[in-house]
Amino acid sequence: MKQYETVIGLEVHVELATKTKIFCGCSTEFGGAPNTHTCPVCTGMPGSLPVLNKKVVEFALKAGIAANCQINQYCKFDRKNYFYPDNPQNYQISQLYLPICHDGWVEIETSAGKKKIRIHEMHMEEDAGKLIHDEWEDCSLVDYNRSGVPLIEIVSEPDMRSSEEVIAYLEKLRCMMQYLGVSDCKLQEGSMRADVNLSVREVGSETFGTRTEMKNLNSFKAIARAIEGERERQIELIEEGRAVVQETRRWDDNKESSHAMRSKEDAKDYRYFPDPDLPPIHISDAWIEELRKSQPELREEKQLRYQEEFELPAYDAGILTESRHLSMLFEEVANLCGSPKKAANWFMGEVLRLTKDKGLDVEKVSFTPKHLADLIQMVEKKEVSAQNAKKVFEKVFDEDIEPVSYIEEHGLKIVEDTGLLNDTLQKIMDENPGPLAELLGGKEKVFGFFVGKMMRELKGKASPDAVREALVKEVEKRKNQ
Amino acid sequence: MAKIIDDETIENVCILAKLSLDDEAKEKAKQDMQKMLDYVEKLDELDTDGVEPLSHIFGDENVFREDVVTNGDNKEAMLANAPKAKEGQYQVPKTIG
Repeated sequence: MKQYETVIGLEVHVELATKTKIFCGCSTEFGGAPNTHTCPVCTGMPGSLPVLNKKVVEFALKAGIAANCQINQYCKFDRKNYFYPDNPQNYQISQLYLPICHDGWVEIETSAGKKKIRIHEMHMEEDAGKLIHDEWEDCSLVDYNRSGVPLIEIVSEPDMRSSEEVIAYLEKLRCMMQYLGVSDCKLQEGSMRADVNLSVREVGSETFGTRTEMKNLNSFKAIARAIEGERERQIELIEEGRAVVQETRRWDDNKESSHAMRSKEDAKDYRYFPDPDLPPIHISDAWIEELRKSQPELREEKQLRYQEEFELPAYDAGILTESRHLSMLFEEVANLCGSPKKAANWFMGEVLRLTKDKGLDVEKVSFTPKHLADLIQMVEKKEVSAQNAKKVFEKVFDEDIEPVSYIEEHGLKIVEDTGLLNDTLQKIMDENPGPLAELLGGKEKVFGFFVGKMMRELKGKASPDAVREALVKEVEKRKNQ
Repeated sequence: MAKIIDDETIENVCILAKLSLDDEAKEKAKQDMQKMLDYVEKLDELDTDGVEPLSHIFGDENVFREDVVTNGDNKEAMLANAPKAKEGQYQVPKTIG
């Protein structure tokens, strides 16, 4: 059988995290009641005039700079004409001729190593409304809350060869956007969407095969499945001597198959032309320089800094920087407790474990950094047992309790006074005359039995070292009696 | 010679513009469009080498708005423009996903 290579390019739509829409002062908040965030501009009323949100340009520039793009310092908007009820103007305002950013690249890492994926362009555009199909009356209902929400569309070159590379690329973009504060990139809420352009060709071939475009992919898993499915479908067609038709296909994740979406009569003819309502944008060198200077530390830089400044292993630095939100929390805890490696262990252990166990979104994890820092220091000073500290941390994680007073109030503090320790020891020895006799008779194995009993009885109020020490003293004392 | 507007072109333009024209109107549209193309062909005679394409005539640049919410809930007023509404939404003929 012939060997085939999959060639994939992506069009990724990222919803920008602005407060208002791209051309009007309506809120972009997700989840509002239908049509409560609409006005004459975003519902396409005749005579209404769009005015560009400056933040959209800034966010697009930040994304472009981070992805090593060239900037079109003179750019403008174009109208893309098509009729569909989710698009009330009968055109979408987008950028065709002079997209704001072009010719960039990002680096991805897969099991095969590092690879550059080239970015063809990034352009600004408006989102469409949302259509719901009403089975009851056999009609469709439109909600224009999303109409006019700002997007950047990031178009890659056909540089990816597997679903693994595609997922790595998407994760790279998502992480980058989140670090830049440009988008939250939630696939399930649709703030990040990907269309997959895929073709196959025989290994070694220089020319591309006919590609299809796949839509409706709203999770990384669905994207991976759709890529595998479409690759198989195209190879099958080629093997049977049939042609792959250039078309848009819709992926159905439940059926794990795709079907052709557009028929011939809607053949694309968008008749783009410059939007006369929106004056061109001139991006000065000074503006770019200002944004370049204000770019936040991105993940790669942070990873390096963690290894140098905090002396953390590369593995730790990788995990701790996956989410910018979590990395900010970590840094505060690390600086407050003065022991980055200890803080790292708490984050990679307890924080991530609790996040996972409670089915929480990492971005929603929130507690006062000082609370964890205090707890780490108390463990360091042997004021609380590691086991109890973990229990107390769950309270910090859930309710953000103040751990120092909590530990005092709940009697979890390791007691320095030997009184309680000795009393407990006497009690346990009295209750276990058999093992005691063995211990006094020199049977070392029973030592652990007594330490265990003590620890349980004291419920972590004493450190194992203190218990061992008290036990050794008591045994010597009794032997000498 | 400018492109000839033939029946196929008119048909295509009608599909794109969602217009249905009778034969008489079609014939008239054909002639109008032909005149437009002839005019453009006349403009083509001008030497425009070295002239940047002009998309906007006023010379304004960078007309921006700050990212501040200025609009409240206009639902009722907006839906009043809808030919048909249902449950706070615009009701339209069934579309296929």
